Amino acid sequence: MAASSAVLSMSKLLKPIWGRQLANSAKIYGATLTSHREKSSSYVSDYPPPAKYGGRHTVTLIPGDGIGPELLNHVRELFRFSCVPVDFEVVNVNSSLTTEDDIDNAITAIRRNGVALKGNIETNHTMPPAHKSRNNLLRTSLDLYANVMHCQSLPGVQTRHKNIDIMIIRENTEGEYSSLEHESVSGVVECLKIITRNNSLRIAEYAFKLAREKGRRRVTAVHKANIMKLGDGLFLQCCREVASGYPDITFDSMIVDNTTMQLVSKPEQFDVMVMPNLYGNVVSNVCAGLVGGPGLVPGANYGRDYAVFETATRNTGKSIANRNIANPTAMLLASCMMLDHLKLYDYATMIRNAVLSTMNVTRLHTADIGGQGTTSEVVQSIMRNIQSKGPLTTEL
Amino acid sequence: MAGNAWRSMVYQVIGALKRPLIGSKPFSRGIQTVTLIPGDGIGPEISSAVMKIFEAAKAPIGWEERNVTAIKGPGGKWMIPLDAKESMDKSKIGLKGPLKTPIAAGHPSMNLLLRKTFDLYANVRPCVSIEGYKTPYTDVDLVTIRENTEGEYSGIEHVIVEGVVQSIKLITEDASRRIAEYAFEYARNNQRSSVTAVHKANIMRMSDGLFLRKCREVAENFKDIKFTEMYLDTVCLNMVQDPTQFDVLVMPNLYGDILSDLCAGLIGGLGVTPSGNIGANGVAIFESVHGTAPDIAGLDMANPTALLLSAVMMLRHMGLHGYGKKIEAACFDTIRDKKVLTKDLGGNSKCSEFTAEICRRVQDMD
Repeated sequence: MAASSAVLSMSKLLKPIWGRQLANSAKIYGATLTSHREKSSSYVSDYPPPAKYGGRHTVTLIPGDGIGPELLNHVRELFRFSCVPVDFEVVNVNSSLTTEDDIDNAITAIRRNGVALKGNIETNHTMPPAHKSRNNLLRTSLDLYANVMHCQSLPGVQTRHKNIDIMIIRENTEGEYSSLEHESVSGVVECLKIITRNNSLRIAEYAFKLAREKGRRRVTAVHKANIMKLGDGLFLQCCREVASGYPDITFDSMIVDNTTMQLVSKPEQFDVMVMPNLYGNVVSNVCAGLVGGPGLVPGANYGRDYAVFETATRNTGKSIANRNIANPTAMLLASCMMLDHLKLYDYATMIRNAVLSTMNVTRLHTADIGGQGTTSEVVQSIMRNIQSKGPLTTEL
Repeated sequence: MAGNAWRSMVYQVIGALKRPLIGSKPFSRGIQTVTLIPGDGIGPEISSAVMKIFEAAKAPIGWEERNVTAIKGPGGKWMIPLDAKESMDKSKIGLKGPLKTPIAAGHPSMNLLLRKTFDLYANVRPCVSIEGYKTPYTDVDLVTIRENTEGEYSGIEHVIVEGVVQSIKLITEDASRRIAEYAFEYARNNQRSSVTAVHKANIMRMSDGLFLRKCREVAENFKDIKFTEMYLDTVCLNMVQDPTQFDVLVMPNLYGDILSDLCAGLIGGLGVTPSGNIGANGVAIFESVHGTAPDIAGLDMANPTALLLSAVMMLRHMGLHGYGKKIEAACFDTIRDKKVLTKDLGGNSKCSEFTAEICRRVQDMD
């Protein structure tokens, strides 16, 4: 007791001697401290700093099953060719194992790197219910709450409908995909669909912010609130609340069965659509089919801290795997979305233009859109296109 | 109570006096009685159009018109009027026009009441492209069979805590087996080659897994019909690219709702799509699935095609294939000719003119 009071009185005596020096150093430290604080607060509004070292980014790559591995190999080949400063950390997930170690490793890798590019992991639905869908596990663990898909009619692809330009924002974590099921009595199974206010507000906020950023005029909420009055009613109410904060954007709602009917007859009327999980699945697949098929549309899953890019319709494509006939467009456009996310805009634009010009100008199509080309031919054509427009060759 | 019974008896007597002679003898010359529910809005117009066409075709059908506006029965439960129920139980076959869904009337929708009263477990919607009514899709020829009693539309919802809502999707063994059996029998009776079960068992492992298991079990007894299973998203994707690859689709309630409307959109909308509801004990109610269209009610502008094609479905169900074929051919020929079409089909004729044209063709066929 006495000793501590003695120390205190000593420090009081020493203060004027040490004080100035300490004060000076405190000022310096204080200055750096505050500047650190300012820097860290600016990260709160952006994503956490990406895994970037020496100017090169590290991105997790999950090959998946079916056509995933071969398409992602093409992506890596193209990135190497175009000198994109991205290194891939490959994490394999074996879908036939029952332990969750593989998918846990993948999730840890994505947490480490912040960004991932993945193929679809197959779910064997004859396995017992405890064996959850790996893709679903990934989405819910990383809280990737928004699935964004942009469907656009491509001039080089022959489709029944023209002038389609729809952005679909789908709630990605709850709804019918909660995987909460039980058999209360033998022969009677109950499956729970969960809708929460927080998640509905979050996805509506995301949809309206994205619509404003992209200069869109109208947001349509898709629901079935006439039947599921409480569940979808809550979703619709949250959308309306958020809509009131964006008076420059028109908001309307449509029941899901009417929506699908309108989509196959007059898809030009839709602009931005926001919806819960299962309707999102249906509507996104219908729209992908309208613009030309699953090989053309990329999709992105955004969370607060992480982003995972893949094809929009999430097909494994088992029947066309390893035959060199898959369409690489969707995966390549997804990798361009990833480059945009990493702020490597120039590389993204370069690859995207090359892909779209192969699709629309050269018209080298794979079998799914009615052409004769193989996957490697399409990728070679894209590489030739990049080379001919590159900085070293334009002066020639 | 007694007043209601007396009033309904009086109405029946007046109705019997008003009814045209050909339909009022239910037991003579093999005429089968059918309960007709005209409905609201354009319902009465299109019902009378269908009756006229059936008269022109000399189909052996006797119509009993009934009203199904809900009344409060003993014990406070809402139910359909007793005379309507009796008529349906006796005739077993019904034809229904569009019914208005009341918003603040305190009672549930009439369609839901009918479904519960007669246990209408299967909703069948054949979607066939109509030559002459151009849509981006040609050669569509498929049938969607939807489980109509349970699934996502069980209506069981709770608020767990403030801001968290749960809806329960119910799948039972019995209902799944029943719908699967109906689907395969329908395929057999209508010379269809394959049945596809639509599901999402990768996500909803137990519920859709149970539905799939039952479909597989029933498929074992129908070896002459090909059985496949497909994920809902794959079906949607392929349906809008190439609908010709599908034949008969069987699925639970929600997927069925979405897919059947999607297929209706492929052939031209709800104004030309027939639909039938099959219930337990041999009851079947055929209906038009479009709305009541109050804005054109009474103006002779309605299109009776949906109700007419549903009536043709009814004739086929009753075994009167000859009459069904005749009326269907007359209807399709009229639409193909494009001379007399109602406004929604692209012409500017009246409903009565369209009906008269079909009647003329039917009579010419004899």
